[in-house]
Amino acid sequence: MHRVEVSLKSHLPDARGLGLVRDMHDLGITTITKVGVVDVYWLDADLPSDELDLICRGLLADPVTQHYHCESVFSVAGEVDTDYHTVEVTYNAGVTDPVEATIGKAIRDLGVSGVRAVKTAKRYLLQGRLDEKQLEVICNRLLVNPIIQHVVRPGEIGFPQNPQYRFRLNQIDILGQDRVSLLSVRQQFGFNEDEFKAIIAYFRQQGRNPFDVELETLAQTWSEHCVHKTFKAKISFGGKTINNLLKSTIVKATNELAKPWCLSVFEDNAGVIDFDGHWALCFKVETHNHPSAVEPYGGASTGIGGVVRDPLGTGLGARPILNTDVFCFAPPDFPYEKVPRGVLHPRRIFKGVRAGVADYGNRLGIPTLNGAILFDERYLANPLVFCGTLGLLPGKLAKRGQQKPGDLVVVVGGRTGRDGIHGVTFASEQLTEESSAVSYSSVQVGNAIVEKKVIDILLQARDRGLYRRITDCGGGGLSSAVGEMAAETGVSVYLDKVPLKYAGLSYSEIWVSESQERMVLAVPPECVAELMTLFASEDVDAAVIGEFNDDRRLRLLYQGNLVGDLSLEFLHEGRPQLQREAVWQPPRYTEPDFASSPDLTGALLSILGSWDVCSKEWVIRQYDHEVQGGSVLKPLVGKNNDGPGDAAIIRPLLDSEKGAIVANGINPKYGQIDPYWMAASAIDEVLRQIVAVGGNLGKVALLDNFCWGNTDRPDMLGALVRAAQACYDMATVYQAPFISGKDSLYNEFQIDDEIISIPHTLLISAISVIEDVNCAISMDFKQAGDLVYIVGSTQNELGGSEYLKLKGFVGNDVPKVNPRRAKELMDKLSTATEKGLVKACHDCSEGGIGVAVAEMAFAGGLGVKIQLKAVPLGEPIDREDFILFSESNSRFLVEVAAENQKAFEKVMKGTSSKSLVDLAVIGRVTEDEVLEIYGRDGSKVVAVSLADLKEAWQKPLRW
Amino acid sequence: MAVRTLILRAPGTNCDAETMFAFQQAGAAVSLVHVNQLIRHEEQLADYQIMVIPGGFTYGDDVAAGKVLANELRLKLGEDILRFIEDGKLILGICNGFQALVKAGFLPELSGGAQPQLTLATNDSGKFECRWVYLAVNQKSPCVFTRGIDRLYLPVAHGEGKVVALPGALADVNIALYYADEQGNTNVGYPANPNGSTGNIAGICDGSGRIFGLMPHPERHIRGTQHPQWTRQGAREYGDGLALFRNAVAWAKSL
Repeated sequence: MHRVEVSLKSHLPDARGLGLVRDMHDLGITTITKVGVVDVYWLDADLPSDELDLICRGLLADPVTQHYHCESVFSVAGEVDTDYHTVEVTYNAGVTDPVEATIGKAIRDLGVSGVRAVKTAKRYLLQGRLDEKQLEVICNRLLVNPIIQHVVRPGEIGFPQNPQYRFRLNQIDILGQDRVSLLSVRQQFGFNEDEFKAIIAYFRQQGRNPFDVELETLAQTWSEHCVHKTFKAKISFGGKTINNLLKSTIVKATNELAKPWCLSVFEDNAGVIDFDGHWALCFKVETHNHPSAVEPYGGASTGIGGVVRDPLGTGLGARPILNTDVFCFAPPDFPYEKVPRGVLHPRRIFKGVRAGVADYGNRLGIPTLNGAILFDERYLANPLVFCGTLGLLPGKLAKRGQQKPGDLVVVVGGRTGRDGIHGVTFASEQLTEESSAVSYSSVQVGNAIVEKKVIDILLQARDRGLYRRITDCGGGGLSSAVGEMAAETGVSVYLDKVPLKYAGLSYSEIWVSESQERMVLAVPPECVAELMTLFASEDVDAAVIGEFNDDRRLRLLYQGNLVGDLSLEFLHEGRPQLQREAVWQPPRYTEPDFASSPDLTGALLSILGSWDVCSKEWVIRQYDHEVQGGSVLKPLVGKNNDGPGDAAIIRPLLDSEKGAIVANGINPKYGQIDPYWMAASAIDEVLRQIVAVGGNLGKVALLDNFCWGNTDRPDMLGALVRAAQACYDMATVYQAPFISGKDSLYNEFQIDDEIISIPHTLLISAISVIEDVNCAISMDFKQAGDLVYIVGSTQNELGGSEYLKLKGFVGNDVPKVNPRRAKELMDKLSTATEKGLVKACHDCSEGGIGVAVAEMAFAGGLGVKIQLKAVPLGEPIDREDFILFSESNSRFLVEVAAENQKAFEKVMKGTSSKSLVDLAVIGRVTEDEVLEIYGRDGSKVVAVSLADLKEAWQKPLRW
Repeated sequence: MAVRTLILRAPGTNCDAETMFAFQQAGAAVSLVHVNQLIRHEEQLADYQIMVIPGGFTYGDDVAAGKVLANELRLKLGEDILRFIEDGKLILGICNGFQALVKAGFLPELSGGAQPQLTLATNDSGKFECRWVYLAVNQKSPCVFTRGIDRLYLPVAHGEGKVVALPGALADVNIALYYADEQGNTNVGYPANPNGSTGNIAGICDGSGRIFGLMPHPERHIRGTQHPQWTRQGAREYGDGLALFRNAVAWAKSL
């Protein structure tokens, strides 16, 4: 056994160490003056010193910047005095650091063959006075996540033996058991009463008890995560029965709209629309909430890994071309002492999630071009991590494939380990204090390069036509992937043929493991040899693990033994429909009762500096948004590349002028007043962003992602029903069909007797096609002297607004949407933009006119004078602050050159006097770098320099 | 006959498609070749005039950026690459490809196994960063890729791009590109120099000027709409990066 320590030469700045010092200071431990980070490698080998030296010099240490130190003993120095501490942290047994496999390969490249295994660790050298309790705080809150890591104990050996597995068929007695034992089996697998009754009846008919793997399969296939049973439930609501909420709202809108450019909707891993007649775009957004709550880095990185496999597993496979991420956390300044046991501090979750998404997404070479981050204390224990991926594939391959009997089941990509066992049922359960302790095996470990290799080789196999069908292996593992593929045929799977990371897995673990980076293919027998050769050429694992047949049974075999034999009809259609009650009672909040201040500058600066509105540049720059070379409108725009762009535009084909627009709309603050208007607002917002960058509503497709609390409670479910109804009402008028979606329910956390639910959260994501990317516009002011228009009318709608939040209120007047008026307005604005009459456009959202105009000004480096008396009001508003900060939907600020005034107004108003479009010039762009806003009586209500505005906006997240 | 360009792919390469587009726009015939194909002699390096190692995270950048690919180049393809260089052909390493060329000992000069003098280390910010930077070309550099170019505006996207050299070693390095400000001044700090690179070095070449490595991504600025200011200034027909590829193709035509 060898231990190698690699450290930075002392004269060089240690960026990792400096970052940790800052983090420790954030924890309130300011006595730490310096932190050194040492990379530790354990090699399971007995090497002559020249070989060990070769490994150190030729691989592990950089001769210019690093020192190395080898020893053949494994004492962990326990030097502890009050001013100098060392902590060594390594991964728990069973958690694989992907670096270890790479080092193994690289050592063989050096011609050294005697290394049996590699293990990595990090050694932290902390300088500064610390007591034991502070050291514990540093370990617990910063250096160690006990879910995956531990502090190395002196003398600990790094290479535990994997347990051996000896086959034993495990049958579970449900036919002869008493009620108490039955209850325990039912709870163990997470079935409800009706489901368990159906299962008992099925096996009684079969005349035998189930095998464990059969109950596992049923538990996963019937889980909320996989089958969305709440959305498919029979819900009684307001005296009516809704039979399948999904089909009667979201899917119904799509069916009624029947857009010919929708190529595949709600039937595959992602929705697909036509791009240019030859190519198609597919889009999917998913959540990875529960894993990110317990292990933010791993949870978020596997979230990205998972959603990237959705386009890859759609139709016959799409190339991922863009990522989009939306996060919801508790505020980063949440007091440490108020964080409940078993919950990570929001700052740590935020940093971990950001790092996980960046490390995985950047490695895959997929640009992250759009996103949002929102904050609310109720996300403390249930952070939301939405990851989305856009894919490009030939239109003729857009439809899901269909295997033929005799086709082989081939699993490709990552090997199967114990990762994420029971992740799906975990994702559908309420988190408790113990979740962090019991759910460790649910944490999946990602390896981006394995996934990148799979993408590269799969697309070659697709283009050679080597498989008939593909799906991703995500939640529920092979059980879900193969079980779903075989639904209309039948399949036999030989579980001992699945390539494993290590020995010791039972047949049941192999079947349900959620190991990452795996895809499942249906391969015609005549193509299998070519497919295997192709995968081997780029060192990607592929294995035939079974064959499809036509007897509609799912047969699982292990070493020649039949370990599972289920009717596929029962598996997919035998689940009794849920019956649920839903109610909706609008809440009533205190009406705001404060007076408007004559100077609103302070309020504007505070809103710009709020967590929700402030600049997210710190996050955005750590994502690669340029890779693949397609970016047309980047996330940061304007004179200094630091203004907040609305939607993102990419050019999927570098030699074409067509573009794809991606946007997200989300506003949980409105949901606490009325989820209906929250959903309507989110849809309006996403469409506003598309129109703001120069797109139009001609070809827009939507995705829904509902994150909710416990919908077993009627009021929660009532809120969900209202939100879904708004989706139908808006989509049909805006002519924007939904093409795919997802939900994550039961996002609540119990502390003692109190249950904290997340705010109702609906993310609407949109994809649109822009004919000519050269018509795109950005939100920054372009030229002094230009006119500033507001398009759309302002109502007294401050319920759930940033302004009322600042003043400590929620309010009741939530922003509403009139989709008919809004569509007319957006269509006309799109026409004006296409005609080249619009120089800058920004939609009004959080913080209303005030925030929008400030952002346009500092992004463009140009001042502006605004007259509030010119703002068209939909109803009387007698306060400057409410006009300035109302969050009414369907509004835009538009910069128009003075010479285009008539032409612009003609397009917007049309020749008919019946136009419903509200429109007014409310100001002019100026040369001086100052924002001035005048009230209705002509008094100055805001006067502030652009530098101060920008500083307020940039400061909070300048980490 | 069109100049034949080989774009080397390895596990984790991710800028291959846009690099191919850039060379095609410059008039080259391009092949994407996996490193395994060269190692197994299914493809011959000698059939090409330009070899490009594009950006990405080869082998996950595990241990250090580009390190594992660098060892493959040195130990498994070393002879082929040396012959390629002797034949007067061109090698370009962009971002991860630059890191690999340096760590394999092909830059700043062929090291021949001598102790390396220069490396690319973690950014001073400790972070991966994606941003646009101004670059000034060293007019005294022998670099054939940057001939006739004065300044460039290109994106960087990396976490380990800081040039660090052993004491005294920089004097012998052929610096081709500096980080600069908008006016071309090379005396700049963060963020104009995005990684803390010694001497604001953004790219270097060997003494012949035919082996060139740089951290910024010229292949991401080929079309006018890639420029972050195009909605303010109007889109130009071509981006700044194309000139580098045109220079390479023009040079290789004479081979």
